[in-house]
Amino acid sequence: MTPTSTIDDDAGAAPVNATAIAAARRNSILAWVLPVLTLSAAVAFWEFWVWYKAIPHFLIPAPSRIWETLLVEGPSLMRSAWFTVKLTFFSLGLAIVGGVVLGGLFALSRPIEMSLFPFAVILQVTPIVAIAPLILIYVHNTFAALLICAWLVAFFPILSNTVVGLRSTDHNLRDLFTLYRATPWQRLRKLLAPSALPYFMAALKIAGGLALIGAVVAEFVAGATGTNTGLASRIIESSFRNEIPKMFAALVLVSLLGVAIFLMTALASKLVLGRWHESEITRES
Amino acid sequence: MNEPLIRLDRVRKEFGRQILAVEDMTLTINRGDFISFLGPSGCGKSTALRMIAGLLPVTAGTITIAPIEGKVEQDLGFVFQEPTLMPWASVFDNVWLPLSLAGLSRNAARERVRTALHEVGLTKFETAYPRELSGGMKMRVSIARAMVTRPRILLMDEPFAALDEMTRSKLNNDVIRLASEHALTVIFVTHSVYEAVYLSNRIIVMAARPGRVVADLTVAEPWPRGEDFRMSDVFSAEARRISHILKGTLHDTDINH
Repeated sequence: MTPTSTIDDDAGAAPVNATAIAAARRNSILAWVLPVLTLSAAVAFWEFWVWYKAIPHFLIPAPSRIWETLLVEGPSLMRSAWFTVKLTFFSLGLAIVGGVVLGGLFALSRPIEMSLFPFAVILQVTPIVAIAPLILIYVHNTFAALLICAWLVAFFPILSNTVVGLRSTDHNLRDLFTLYRATPWQRLRKLLAPSALPYFMAALKIAGGLALIGAVVAEFVAGATGTNTGLASRIIESSFRNEIPKMFAALVLVSLLGVAIFLMTALASKLVLGRWHESEITRES
Repeated sequence: MNEPLIRLDRVRKEFGRQILAVEDMTLTINRGDFISFLGPSGCGKSTALRMIAGLLPVTAGTITIAPIEGKVEQDLGFVFQEPTLMPWASVFDNVWLPLSLAGLSRNAARERVRTALHEVGLTKFETAYPRELSGGMKMRVSIARAMVTRPRILLMDEPFAALDEMTRSKLNNDVIRLASEHALTVIFVTHSVYEAVYLSNRIIVMAARPGRVVADLTVAEPWPRGEDFRMSDVFSAEARRISHILKGTLHDTDINH
């Protein structure tokens, strides 16, 4: 008697469905069109309301006025925006390095985690506005002081998610790597790092926004010293001078920066996880 | 082929002080055996398998596997209860893993990975990702991965327990074919009497609390087997005989355990 099974491919790949593709395309267009439409409508209503109620621009400027201010003040605002961008990305970069390295150490050694985790938690739960003045006193270089503040805020999610990610590796896969006598380096590169990646990408989305918040808040605290040129100090400066349209213009730039960071981290997540992780897979309903 | 390959000598496994998972298991497995560990949950069959694989240390006793000359790569394939694939890697990369951990580049391993995939009928799915495959296909990738190092011994830990009946019987036939073509020695852990009878020429019946061997039975039917055996009276008779022995080992508390 011989086994009756034959070699054949499971050719049951999902049938390509034209209507499903059309629906998916429609959805992806709507995903852009709807937000743009609602935002435009909101801005138009704002413009109309300011005009209709004849609200003076030093109370609430119309969007057209903010746009004018952006054009006129453009070069100087852009310099400030560049300062904030640098601050945000530097601190985010340092948060990634610090969070991943420390997270790796924590995942490797429980004693290290137990000894250092309280520090991480204390730094995380103490509001940055409360620590920032102290840091500004002790660190004389303002950029470095601001960097530390923004880093403190952005660093914690990366740290905690990296630890969770490194610890959540499938147990059977760990056994498999043991069976094939993987070296510690192979285990890190081929098993732990990819397993932790979805957690890390989720943390990156949060940390990106937090780095910007940290940068802006720190600058607000430091603003009194008047030595900075970031967007936050432009907002403070404009408020002192009652230049409300300029405040709004700077605010618009901060928001745009935040949106840009969000889109970048979301795109990075899609690029890295798109093909395999549930969080980035679009399902047909 | 009565050449001893794996020998367990009074192997004992305790978890903590309270739980005796395997009590003094002594067993000789010969080259070419297709042997099943059959028993209820908690009888230590998976624990025994993991100890043989070297994934769990023994508390006492020894396990010896006859050495082989000149084999650098892993001589032992292991198939888990779940497919245990890396979701971030393609089917090719998943099967390549054992060879890549042994230092073989993608190019050097390509032919062997393709052969392994061909043997489980997944040639066209090299570039697919695990999530794009059905449960049965994932399990076949897992088998291809275990086979890619050309091991002498294949250990399978309830590999098809979560699959539907049709897929399961198809994969049973695939395993028989692979085992006979490659002259493998297989240890197959299962809680299904029918699966054990269909596949193996020897069945180790185990009981729980403490986990121990209660019977070492031979299924004398010719091997390899095919679907006609599944339909035969001999098959039903063997299944009845073994069910009866297995039932005798169960306490009331084991039901629905």
